[in-house]
Amino acid sequence: MTYSLAELMVCAASRVFDRDGEVLATGIGLLPRLAASLAMRTSNPDMMMTDSQSFVLSSPNPVSGLASHDGQANENWMGFARIFDNVWSGARHALVGPSQIDRFGQTNISALGGTYQQPKVQLLGMRGFPGNSISHANSFFVPQHSTRVFVAGECDVVCSIGYNPERLPRGYRLGDIDIRSVITNLCVMDFLGDNHQMRVVSLHPGVTLDEVRDNTGFDVAVADGLVETPAPTAAQLEVIAELDPGNARAKQIKGNPPGRRKTVEESA
Amino acid sequence: MDKLVSASDALSVIKDGMTIGIGGWGPRRKPMALVRELLRTDVKDLTVIAYGGADVGLLCAAGKVRKVIFAFVSLDFMPLEPAFRKAREAGDIEVMEIDEGMMLLGLRAAAWGCPFIPTRIGLGTDLLGHAPDIALVDSPYDEKEWVAMPALKPDVALLQVTAADRRGVCEIASPDHYMDDWFARAADHTIVSADNIVDSGHYANPEVARRVYWERNCTQAVVHIPGGAHPSSNDPLYGFDVAHYKKYGELMADGGYEAWAEAFLGATENDYQSSVGGLEAIQALPKPVY
Repeated sequence: MTYSLAELMVCAASRVFDRDGEVLATGIGLLPRLAASLAMRTSNPDMMMTDSQSFVLSSPNPVSGLASHDGQANENWMGFARIFDNVWSGARHALVGPSQIDRFGQTNISALGGTYQQPKVQLLGMRGFPGNSISHANSFFVPQHSTRVFVAGECDVVCSIGYNPERLPRGYRLGDIDIRSVITNLCVMDFLGDNHQMRVVSLHPGVTLDEVRDNTGFDVAVADGLVETPAPTAAQLEVIAELDPGNARAKQIKGNPPGRRKTVEESA
Repeated sequence: MDKLVSASDALSVIKDGMTIGIGGWGPRRKPMALVRELLRTDVKDLTVIAYGGADVGLLCAAGKVRKVIFAFVSLDFMPLEPAFRKAREAGDIEVMEIDEGMMLLGLRAAAWGCPFIPTRIGLGTDLLGHAPDIALVDSPYDEKEWVAMPALKPDVALLQVTAADRRGVCEIASPDHYMDDWFARAADHTIVSADNIVDSGHYANPEVARRVYWERNCTQAVVHIPGGAHPSSNDPLYGFDVAHYKKYGELMADGGYEAWAEAFLGATENDYQSSVGGLEAIQALPKPVY
């Protein structure tokens, strides 16, 4: 069975929600949203998702080809003010794509380079990252694993709290912070190494540990049971196709490469 | 009491150095006609509080802004707002960058007359270091440190609604009223731009009355501007104008504010609407789908 790298990443990312139960899952960006939708349709039907506008749905909307919000499976109204009530309760898990991630799991979506008064590149602004990171579980989705994303020092602007002892607020333990998984185009990682070190738990088919290390600006630990990232099942691919009938997922990773790379022998 | 006035009369309360809160969210239900009318004035040195889109971008590009209080400035489908980005990268403006939810807390504190609301938001991040106005406080009830989110009090709030009557009873029929109710409650003076002016009997229907999110004593002026949210959406009346935002992005990148103003601003809102294809074209813009 063939599958794309995007589909492999969506299936890997959907696993972060498997054991969440009745938690509001928010995937920002097409592939993260598809991953959350896949989890709700398969591994965690108790999960909660919105229409990215103002209603909680009992079944997720497709991520492509939707002509109108009319007729969607509304469950309750949930405008943005009410989203924050949920965020601050802790019953949420966000899957987001930061521009920078450092060794502490701190992230940046605000600005790059220069000074804070005059950044070289203005990005989005901190958005909800400070509140999300101190309130509930977060996972990260990185379409292009590189040292530009996984930076050597601290992030240029630290928008979310991570496992940094130097920045730990008074009265808090590092264990109060809940960063779950990082899914990239190369591997899946978590922060369960010694002292919350980022740790590789699975490599995508054909990817080597050296490739991950070469593209990460800091040292990563390796899980004892390092495995190959499981291939999507036929059932998962079927649900993904239903959720993305317009195949928008094919445009998310440059060149839409296959999920299983050809080995040197196969290429010859 | 009749609060219906022209845009220019309504905006005459805005003076140099004031703090202006602008409702809506990114490219959605922004009081853009009021913003354009502000661009036609000499007012300057404003502090702007907003879930920002082209409202913030235009005011910054026009040199009217001293400080922006924001969590993001974005057009959603164009993640980076081009004019705001340019102003920031030129080092032109002072900022107070906060979290989205923190802005809600700041508005609530102002509305409730509290100097601050305690929150965890911002702990462990650069938000605190970069926003020296935000202090940490001890709790009388636990050993933790807490962020004291200060009240954010606009002198004037600018909001876009679906309909209003002459007394200032405002209906928002959109899927979300965002934080507009808190802008109205926090501000000393609230100006709404309504697509439709209705008789007070409109609100006799309880379904409609439930779409009124603040009381009329929070609204001081009503301006009637059909299509006034353009190029942002005023769902369910019309969607946002993707093509216009792209053009705006190109003009801002190439010629900057002057190029945009030359092409679109005009001397009146009628001029503006003519330059973007007229009211009927605005009202025909399809509703956004996410």
